[in-house]
Amino acid sequence: MAINWFKYAAPATFYGLAGKLIPWLAVTSAILFAIGLYIGFAVAPVDAQQGEFYRIIFIHVPASILSMFLYMIMAGYAALGLIFNTRLSAMMASAIAPTGALFAFISLWTGALWGKPMWGVWWLWDARMTSELILLFLYLGFIALHASIDDPRRADRASALLAIVGSVNVPIIYFSVKWWNTLHQGSTIKFTGSSMHIAMQQAMFTMMAACWLYAMAVVFARVRTIILERERNTTWIGELSEVKQ
Amino acid sequence: MKKSTMFGLLMLVVRRDLILAMRRRADVLTTLIFFVMVVSLFPLGVGPEMAMLRKMAPGVLWVAALLSSMLSLGRLFSADYLDGTLEQMMLAPQSLSMLVLGKMAAHWVVSGLPLVLMAPILGLQFDMTGEALVVLIIGLLLGTPILSMVGAIGAALTLGLRGGGVLLSLLVLPLCIPVLIFATGAVDAVTSGLNITAHLSLLGAFFVMALVFTPWVTAQALRISME
Repeated sequence: MAINWFKYAAPATFYGLAGKLIPWLAVTSAILFAIGLYIGFAVAPVDAQQGEFYRIIFIHVPASILSMFLYMIMAGYAALGLIFNTRLSAMMASAIAPTGALFAFISLWTGALWGKPMWGVWWLWDARMTSELILLFLYLGFIALHASIDDPRRADRASALLAIVGSVNVPIIYFSVKWWNTLHQGSTIKFTGSSMHIAMQQAMFTMMAACWLYAMAVVFARVRTIILERERNTTWIGELSEVKQ
Repeated sequence: MKKSTMFGLLMLVVRRDLILAMRRRADVLTTLIFFVMVVSLFPLGVGPEMAMLRKMAPGVLWVAALLSSMLSLGRLFSADYLDGTLEQMMLAPQSLSMLVLGKMAAHWVVSGLPLVLMAPILGLQFDMTGEALVVLIIGLLLGTPILSMVGAIGAALTLGLRGGGVLLSLLVLPLCIPVLIFATGAVDAVTSGLNITAHLSLLGAFFVMALVFTPWVTAQALRISME
């Protein structure tokens, strides 16, 4: 029997699948957050150099990594939507954008909170901070372009093209900022995780998994509402129990 | 009808856009005046201390150039879009990318080149040295076409949208950051006695990359916006 690989590429089938997955993802994410925060705050030892302040990395690092990964995933979905003209891919891309922007913002915010006690300033024009800020701008541009086009089809395609152009530019921007920074000033304090305590690693990985699951749960929930909105005139939506009542 | 070659087509579009621009000189001048005005406002804002102004000059000139090129980008396709010319261009059997490249080139001559020509005079206001001015001009010559080319993608994507102008800046400015970094970096390098070839080579690389990819991407964006 041939497997239908594209079964869940249809909004109608994916809507149900996402609905079933969301509670599992959300609950697991909440449990992992609890465990991760417990290990991070109670078990992990105090850092020799940074004292208690380092504990902010348990949210900062997962948020930064996710903000970058989500952009690439968003651009990937956007490209799929543009190339194969699949409806769900474009919906996924626009569902991912707000979560990605949120993580970029959290990353900047926590970075500033960490920077004040460690560096003595809220903001340094460090290469990574600057490129994270630009990443946030790229997310906001994507969201703004999508929001200002009324025709959803054109909105999807236009913002998909922007996401792809942006993803080509991300490495260029990153290296530009990096070289710019080394030209202007000496390298700032680097946090190297090579000598990390095992409990810190556990906390970090648990928080990372929790953030991933949270992102998936939220994106699925958002894509479900987008599907409902876009496909409201189809018969399968009319037959849904939650729509009928 | 005479069959036009690729290059002939390019020249035709450039000439047409230049003639149209010359018929409406005020548009060209306002961009230039905006550029001069923004640059002149900086010393009023930060104080007339010459050492600081000399250090700030390349950054100020470049940021002003970025902003004023954003102003004129909105006009790149909008007039042709409104009177239906753009639709005819897209129906033409010739390559749309080539047409777009022609429009980019004309846009640069109209809005980029005047800035490049004006920059040395403004640079003198900031007490830049002759050496620094030369590097600034080379940087502007390499960099401002990239702004026109990358900006054209944004202009095509926001074609006919309400609030297109602000949105256009939001989309395009982050993408132009590398140009800003290396063009101003080259001037900084020459004033501190370092080698400038790395900066200018990278700018040249961006220019070539933009030249190859942006006309095609803009053509795709136009197709998306026009369907």
